[in-house]
Amino acid sequence: MLKVRQATPPVPSRRAFLGGATVAAGALVVGFTLDPAKFARAAAGPDLSALPAAPNAFVRIAADDTVTVVIKHLDMGQGNTTGLATILADELDADWATVRTTFAPADATLYNNFAFGPVQGTGGSTAIANSWVQLRKAGAAARAMLVAAAAESWAVPASEITVESGTVRHAASNRQARFGELAEAAAAQPVPQEPRLKDPSQFKLIGGKVPRVDSVAKTDGTAIYSLDIRRPGQVTAVVAHSPRFGGTVKSVDDKAARAVAGVVDVVTIPTGVAVLARDTWSAMKGREALRVTWDDSAAETRSSDAILADHRKRLDTPGLVAAKKGDAAGAIAGSAKVLEAEFTFPYLAHAAMEPLNATIERAADGSYDVFAGCQLHTIEQAVVAANLGVTTDKVRLHTQWAGGSFGRRATPGADYFAETASIVRATGGKAPVHLVWTREDDMAGGFYRPMVVHRLRAGLDAKGAITGWEHRTIGKSIMIGTAFETMIVKDGVDATTVEGASDTPYALPAYRFEVHNAREGVPVLWWRSVGHTHTAQAMEVFVDELAHAAGADPVAYRLGLLGGAPRLSATLRLAAEKAGWDPKKAAEKGRGLGVAAHESFGSYVAMVADVTAEDGKVKVNRVVAAVDVGVAVNPDVIRAQVEGAVGFALSSVLRNRITLRDGVVQERNFDAYEPTRMSEMPVVEVHIVPSTAAPTGIGEPGVPVLAPSISNAIFAATGQRLRSLPLDLAGLKGA
Amino acid sequence: MLKLTVNGVAHTVDADPEMPLLWALRDHLNQTGTKYGCGIAQCGACTVHLDGQPVRACQTRIGDIGAAKITTIEGVSGKVADAVRSAWRGLDVVQCGYCQSGQIMSAIGLLSENAKPTDADIDGAMDGNVCRCGTYQRIRAAIHEAARSLA
Repeated sequence: MLKVRQATPPVPSRRAFLGGATVAAGALVVGFTLDPAKFARAAAGPDLSALPAAPNAFVRIAADDTVTVVIKHLDMGQGNTTGLATILADELDADWATVRTTFAPADATLYNNFAFGPVQGTGGSTAIANSWVQLRKAGAAARAMLVAAAAESWAVPASEITVESGTVRHAASNRQARFGELAEAAAAQPVPQEPRLKDPSQFKLIGGKVPRVDSVAKTDGTAIYSLDIRRPGQVTAVVAHSPRFGGTVKSVDDKAARAVAGVVDVVTIPTGVAVLARDTWSAMKGREALRVTWDDSAAETRSSDAILADHRKRLDTPGLVAAKKGDAAGAIAGSAKVLEAEFTFPYLAHAAMEPLNATIERAADGSYDVFAGCQLHTIEQAVVAANLGVTTDKVRLHTQWAGGSFGRRATPGADYFAETASIVRATGGKAPVHLVWTREDDMAGGFYRPMVVHRLRAGLDAKGAITGWEHRTIGKSIMIGTAFETMIVKDGVDATTVEGASDTPYALPAYRFEVHNAREGVPVLWWRSVGHTHTAQAMEVFVDELAHAAGADPVAYRLGLLGGAPRLSATLRLAAEKAGWDPKKAAEKGRGLGVAAHESFGSYVAMVADVTAEDGKVKVNRVVAAVDVGVAVNPDVIRAQVEGAVGFALSSVLRNRITLRDGVVQERNFDAYEPTRMSEMPVVEVHIVPSTAAPTGIGEPGVPVLAPSISNAIFAATGQRLRSLPLDLAGLKGA
Repeated sequence: MLKLTVNGVAHTVDADPEMPLLWALRDHLNQTGTKYGCGIAQCGACTVHLDGQPVRACQTRIGDIGAAKITTIEGVSGKVADAVRSAWRGLDVVQCGYCQSGQIMSAIGLLSENAKPTDADIDGAMDGNVCRCGTYQRIRAAIHEAARSLA
């Protein structure tokens, strides 16, 4: 049997990852320093072809013929488990019906994400891209080992052996064997370090239709999410958090809480007061009965309106320069026409369907088992270890299916892991602790997409060509103060605030992009497509405004600026063609088409939205999308991700916003922060650009273009520019 | 002690009659296919059938159930359930899948009452079920497909 090598506990790595665990203000704070040099090499495009083939880490073949692919990433719905298994199974020539998957343990030496350097984790739409060569090599090596075993057993040359759909054959001697029959002998073969990879023309599963590996378990109730973990003797914990970010516990009266039936304990931890009970309902009832006085002296007590006003005031002053070319101000001064625009963006909650939760169980030997939707394994393992006072080899992660994430589970401080661990510590590890954040905890718990403002100014010459572009952005940096700061932040400029703007593919003769890092106490985080959630709206709506000011067709105008971006141009052309874009066709009153095109995470997406505008109301009828993600590993999963991106992002275009009143979050559940519903879902058509380029990701890139395509369609339908999100529909006048 | 009949099996539950069925199923009976999403009947992730009718388990107190038969995603069966599951799998509807137990229970409820639902019927029956991954287009197609296969 080919099996996974026993993972070597990465004890030495603790030094590399733990900059130091210190006790500050009663809270165990774990500082990380990641090696920026290593990360830079990885981010610059590591030479993946030089990777050793590691079949033992990624595939097990059992005597019953099942092929189990080890998945080093989190699957939060994006279908990467199916994609990763497809890549390996294709090179292995496995029978898809026998392919199973299992989530990898935490082991950054075997399972790091090459885009994250030495960290195992999932994000930035990197799962398929960083695994492409690794899993092809693993599959090809395992295939070669099966062939070698058969050749040895049959005493025939390996070159005469063929493999198809889980069966190894030697035609001349009419012999064949199933994978399961050869597995044990294959495991004894040397691992070929340079196995021959298929020519793309030989792919059988890649580019075709394979059923998702999770469709059955997710339709009969058997799929286990971390909220479904039930360990013997476990207690469920619900935590009372400060209603204001940065607030701490001043005093607790837990008498009434302890009297609630089912409540077994109440403990104060760095992040609040945890009520432990025999079931979730009792824990929630116990929390309602708690009387906690909070110390708000270090808390954020402003309202979101006040924070926004501060942002806008700071935008009047020069910021840090993120990118510049020529004299943008001078070029604009001499222009025939000057356009200005401001775009504001609210805080957004991820609001994944499965609220945050984790379970930690202490084993008899003092080590720990963690059950969660692990998304930054290396950091989560280290944070749990530090909070429990053990080395990382004493912490085993068991990754479960995640009920969505949209970025929230990948928190650089592993917040809810630390909270679970602190409850285990406070209760002495007596019983496994199952931490449950209610929907209200999840939505009001911070780590939002930052509140951002963009201010733009551009000049056009007499022919409508852009002369210069000035662009100033303010938002709280996601990266400053995290383990990733040294990798992502250069001279104070956080790339995740300006990505998609300061690196625009549009040919601008002169430009200046500036950024301010907002100072505020609201925790912020990446939210499906990160900076692109706002930069694409600012860029793609403003370019549309310039096109109209120039009297040009918006598609042709963009193509004229995209000479240096052939893949984005081709994607835009395909979307326009499939949507029936016709600049000569007169717009129907109250109904319009809008276009947007944007690159993110190395993938190219263009969308054309068809919108009907009425007084105070917008109906998105249809969205036609084109995507270029390089080789399309699972075309149907790619289509599903773009359809889903539309459904996910639509409510953020139409209505979602998190607001604070005197520091207290006002939207706490789906009634006040309402996701898109069935009746609002437009028809989505997805077209994939054929490509032989290395595959990139599609978990996020469908999101950024939806808002600007809708905004631009509303302009086409009504002549009104709605720039800020969510769209200010109150003042919209329809046909 | 309360008696509950879940998927044809009688159980006794030692819990407050005020406890929502959702938590009795998940925490006392280890039937975790029924999901918690919001607790206020805004998302439909906890949809189960009470005597064949879709209800939100987060709003159904166990003390109020009496002899009614509870059916969850783990136990729902029959021609309509088979057709719905088969359509869901054939179209690979699921993404994260967390809401899909509730979606499927609502869809089975719809198709049990209405053999050939229109798009407007689907909007009406399914608007209470949130899918944050945005799989609505495929849910709609799967319901139509299941209806076709049952015709």
